[in-house]
Amino acid sequence: MKAKHQRLVLALVALASIIGAGLLAASALKDEAAYFYAPADVKAKGVEPGRAIRLGGMVVKGSLKRAADGVTIRFNVTDGKARVPATFSGIAPDLFKEGSGVVAEGAFDDKGTFVATNLLAKHDERYMPRELEGMQYNETTHEMKVTP
Amino acid sequence: MIAEAGLAALWLAASLALLQLFLAVTGLKGGKAELLAAMRPVAVGQGMLTAIAFSLLITLFLRSDMSVLLVAMNSHSAKPWLYKFAGTWGNHEGSMLLWVTVMGVAGGAVALFERALRRDTHMATLGAQATISLGFYAFLLFSSNPFARIDPPPTDGQGLNPLLQDPGLAFHPPTLYLGYVGLSVAFSFAVGALLTRTVDAAFARAMRPWVLGAWILLTLGITAGSYWAYYELGWGGWWFWDPVENASLMPWLAATALLHSVTVLATRDGLRAWTIMLAVIAFSMSMVGTFLVRSGILTSVHAFAVDPERGSFILALLAIYIGGALALFGWRIGSVREGAPFELISRETLLVVNNLLLSVILGIVLIGTLYPLMTEAFGHKVSVGAPYFDRIAGPIALVLMLAMAAGPLTRWRRDRVPAVAKRLAIPAAAGAVAAVIIATLAWGRMGLLPLFGLIVAIGVGIASLAPLWKRKLLRTPLFTWGMVIAHLGCAVSLAGMACDSAFTVEKLVAARPGETIRTAGWALRFVQIMPLAGDNWTALQADLAVDRGGNAVMMRPQSRFFTSPPTTTSEAALLTRWNGQLYVVLGEEVEGGRWQLRIWWKPFVTLIWLGGILIAFGGALALIGRERRGWLAKWRARRAVA
Repeated sequence: MKAKHQRLVLALVALASIIGAGLLAASALKDEAAYFYAPADVKAKGVEPGRAIRLGGMVVKGSLKRAADGVTIRFNVTDGKARVPATFSGIAPDLFKEGSGVVAEGAFDDKGTFVATNLLAKHDERYMPRELEGMQYNETTHEMKVTP
Repeated sequence: MIAEAGLAALWLAASLALLQLFLAVTGLKGGKAELLAAMRPVAVGQGMLTAIAFSLLITLFLRSDMSVLLVAMNSHSAKPWLYKFAGTWGNHEGSMLLWVTVMGVAGGAVALFERALRRDTHMATLGAQATISLGFYAFLLFSSNPFARIDPPPTDGQGLNPLLQDPGLAFHPPTLYLGYVGLSVAFSFAVGALLTRTVDAAFARAMRPWVLGAWILLTLGITAGSYWAYYELGWGGWWFWDPVENASLMPWLAATALLHSVTVLATRDGLRAWTIMLAVIAFSMSMVGTFLVRSGILTSVHAFAVDPERGSFILALLAIYIGGALALFGWRIGSVREGAPFELISRETLLVVNNLLLSVILGIVLIGTLYPLMTEAFGHKVSVGAPYFDRIAGPIALVLMLAMAAGPLTRWRRDRVPAVAKRLAIPAAAGAVAAVIIATLAWGRMGLLPLFGLIVAIGVGIASLAPLWKRKLLRTPLFTWGMVIAHLGCAVSLAGMACDSAFTVEKLVAARPGETIRTAGWALRFVQIMPLAGDNWTALQADLAVDRGGNAVMMRPQSRFFTSPPTTTSEAALLTRWNGQLYVVLGEEVEGGRWQLRIWWKPFVTLIWLGGILIAFGGALALIGRERRGWLAKWRARRAVA
């Protein structure tokens, strides 16, 4: 093979693999990117069971219950407009508590309960999950204020 | 006084950088290569001044000088000295000062030690290094001054994020930065070669040790960072595809590709334009990473500051440097002559495949990291996590491993398929045997990716040793050893990753003191829970007597409470055995006096980091081997003259 042809072959292979990888990435992003939902979005749009999403809002006061096994918790997440039941097995972050913000990663089961595989709560006073920026929860009225 | 001296040193360093640039421009324009002699002390002086400024900032942190804003914001007098010391770079301004320090010192080293480069290229390289430094000096001095005072000084500081209060912080960020920013040298070399039209084998031989050096440190830094995240976060994972982790992985992928293409350029004088391109991309990825992390545009454990002004400043620097380098590339690349040709079946082709696959993985990581930003512009909040990266980058990485196995067993320039196949027969057979054994033992209990990962790791591990086959081991050159060990390291690391994701056993319980928990052949007797106090924290500690049919060993996971700033962290307890690690995390107290415990048995997980260390060690051997050959040649030449 002549050097010119060979260069062409290499360039074509390179181009094909880059385009292929781009398409692959695009299709995977469509499937795997976890969209952020607030409870009101869940109620309005519906989320199919098993699809990985992030659910964000505040933990409703008085809704946090611990199962007998000591490691499973149930709670409701609200954004002031709707409520979604959620469950989590594991060691919850220390700043995870009632009336406090949370972003839960996971998927809905068939009964409409959100099964969280990971909880992202505030790390410390300075850190807040980005999705919850501007959300404030009124603990007595259970109202959410959203300041853009 | 110390703060003012530090600021003065920084200003002086910046003016020396300006002088360095001026000398380079005058020298290159007037064709006065002898000006290089004048640039050397300037570059060295600049490096020393940045080092002085950085040492002064360390001094301020060690003294807990609360009249300095940065110290007051990020330190606390009650902190142990190690964290005062390491806290210097555990914040935005300090880490940017570390950045310019590494850049200055690297520039000084290039001025002092580089002897193989043509003189005009050397000047242009130092000029380019000064240009990049200037942008970051401006960033520090105008928008992130680490030495700013606060008046009146507070009585005490706000403390350092307790997650960062770990001995790992003293080692992992500086190493990472040395590699990360060390790549600026490769960038400057590329710019220098383009400006003076010297893209050839001799240039590649001069550039290679610098690339190799930065790459070794980057490898070590990423390995250390991964282990740090593994034991400090207490989540049992070793890689989270966090934007900041990706920010260090992307330059590494580009640098690994560069390392291989520069070898093609140095030995076979091929891939000229591509090598220059990669050198530009590698450091561009370092800067993109810095932008992502420092602008606060992405949420991350590592994001110190959310500040749009700083973000736009770094974005502007990014646009100028990357855009400038790419424009120069487009303008000058036509004048780079075609390199030496090679046949389709040759080591060159496999190295091209390596480069292509590494670039594709780099693209995939970059897209995944930036995708949330792009969708947020359209009002959708999205996160891209492990499922995306594993699904797409995983299989490509496995194919890359196969190319890695075949590469060293294929001849330069021209080879024949049957000959290569013959050399690959034994590793392939071993891989096939492993495949059959693993598939019969673990079919259905193991994901496809870990299954293939383990098989590929075994085959590639054996193939990576094959270049030593039938050679006199003591007479084998050090750089061949280096390559063999680095490739073996990849296989070892892959084996660790596959074992961890396939065979990890996790147990989550709430237990009372006195109970015994059994999992994966281990018995953990929960002895007691007791309070504990450290320098700036109090803790609850669980004592567990752990055994596997032998003598019991104590494991002591803790839950630590820090007061400044008020935070709780969990300190996992780790027990390392030759065949894996037992990992225990203490949770909170629940009804009935029970305590949450999360226990993992992770078979062969340590191979992941052992592999990383092997890769870096292989790189070090290759570096010493190449350099020693240069020294020997020089020594012989001198003796011949005498």
